[in-house]
Amino acid sequence: MAQTPLPRPNAETRPFWEGAARGVLRIQRCTACGAAQFPPRALCGRCHAPAPPRWEEASGRGVIASHTTVHRPPSAAFREEVPYTLALVTLQEGPRLLVRLRGDLARAPRIGAPVVIRFDPPAGPDAIALPHAEAAP
Amino acid sequence: MRAAITGIGETAVGELPGSSCMGLHSEAALRALRDAGLSPGELDGVLCAYSFTEPHLMLASVFCESFGIQPAWSAALQCGGATGCAAVMQAAALVEAGLCRHVLVVMGDNRLSGLSRDRAVAALAEVGHPQFERPLGVTVPALYALVAQAYMHEYGVREEHLAAMAVACRTHAARHPGAQMRAPITVEEVLRSRVIAAPLKLLDCCLISDGGAAVIVSAADAARDTRRPVRLLGAGQKTTHEHLIAAPSLTAFGCQAAAEQAFGQAGVRPADIDVAEIYDSFTITLLLELEAIGFFEKGEAGPAALAGALDLGGRLPCNTHGGLLSYAHPGAAGGLFHVVEAVRQLRGEAEARQVKDAALAYVHGDGGILSAHAALVLGRA
Ligand SMILES: [Zn+2]
Repeated sequence: MAQTPLPRPNAETRPFWEGAARGVLRIQRCTACGAAQFPPRALCGRCHAPAPPRWEEASGRGVIASHTTVHRPPSAAFREEVPYTLALVTLQEGPRLLVRLRGDLARAPRIGAPVVIRFDPPAGPDAIALPHAEAAP
Repeated sequence: MRAAITGIGETAVGELPGSSCMGLHSEAALRALRDAGLSPGELDGVLCAYSFTEPHLMLASVFCESFGIQPAWSAALQCGGATGCAAVMQAAALVEAGLCRHVLVVMGDNRLSGLSRDRAVAALAEVGHPQFERPLGVTVPALYALVAQAYMHEYGVREEHLAAMAVACRTHAARHPGAQMRAPITVEEVLRSRVIAAPLKLLDCCLISDGGAAVIVSAADAARDTRRPVRLLGAGQKTTHEHLIAAPSLTAFGCQAAAEQAFGQAGVRPADIDVAEIYDSFTITLLLELEAIGFFEKGEAGPAALAGALDLGGRLPCNTHGGLLSYAHPGAAGGLFHVVEAVRQLRGEAEARQVKDAALAYVHGDGGILSAHAALVLGRA
């Protein structure tokens, strides 16, 4: 199977992926206005405070904001995985995350369903653990 | 606004073996010049977009060199499907500022014959966030499917309402001799086509095509020397995000703000519009935009389309050339075809698909995942 395109961590995203490899979901929070932020950026996208947002551990809980089951993959790397279900999850803290759905919920996804974020085992040279979601226990 | 569209041109569309990106640009440009009654040397501005088959850092310079012109002003613009409308708006700003007299807006690509379908799908998927979307296996259809699912949930839209958009476009395309897909389809056939990313099926998705389009935008006083100018009455843009994970909402985008700006400038309302050419990369794109722009209430575009509202003689004839769903989608030129068709309608040159007495047209483009929007209101001279 062709290699799927794993992310290459950069200055803005490295703390997220380091957390993910340890099974911890991390998001940014602005030290000036308190806004929670994802995807990570060098500054706060809400108040533009110059101080970099700090990283914090997120609850890992959220609800499905939308979902789709993909039958036509983007590339050969994903061909053996179709069909797979993707979900946009709105975290309790506010930001949105895109994840694979796993478990029973992947077969019958539902907007508004409560989920928890988990991580796949780390893979590749950068030890990337991709996030997925399952029904909240 | 003190600008006019004075020339339009397009190449054949579909699968064009032996075509090239620059060849398609040049052919469309020549046709637009002939249509306007202008010579290449009279162009003092050029706006291009982007290419998958001949990507370049400076596509406008590549075009000017290839076409054999040396304009005072040229640049390439990249805002996905909004590029066609945004370039017309930019060209209008150039002529209104007195920087140019005649600006050529030209776009084209041989996306079908120059790339395999797999490579085209993979290239498009690169609009996904490189770290937080693409590694999960998203495609552009999957990202729009996420919007569709959320929108259907919020407004009670059903899959047959999405299908009605595809049927409406195909019905129009059947009247256009140059359209890529002309065989009529039914709602049932759309619903039965294979699933790409649920709830979107094959016939909910735009085509992949070869083709090129060109539009010449001229200063109002310069337009007098041309054949059949159409007035640009209003234009608007709005950008809210690039990646869907960072969109402020999954059901409300920049369509409304861009449209309001264009309507406000033109001094007209959605109900005044005779014909609309609206970006239709997917059926959800068209349905959502029809409702956001104000042509239909939320949740009403689908039932209205099932009853023929988007057809000739309906409340709002829409995508009279067949749109990206049935006419063609060669990339940036796809959005420019909507402009070309609107001009043709206002000139009364749309033949079998002519909207009777069309005097006001609305054109809308969107790029990314409903990320960047550009809107135009055009009026008969
Ligand atoms: Zn802040």
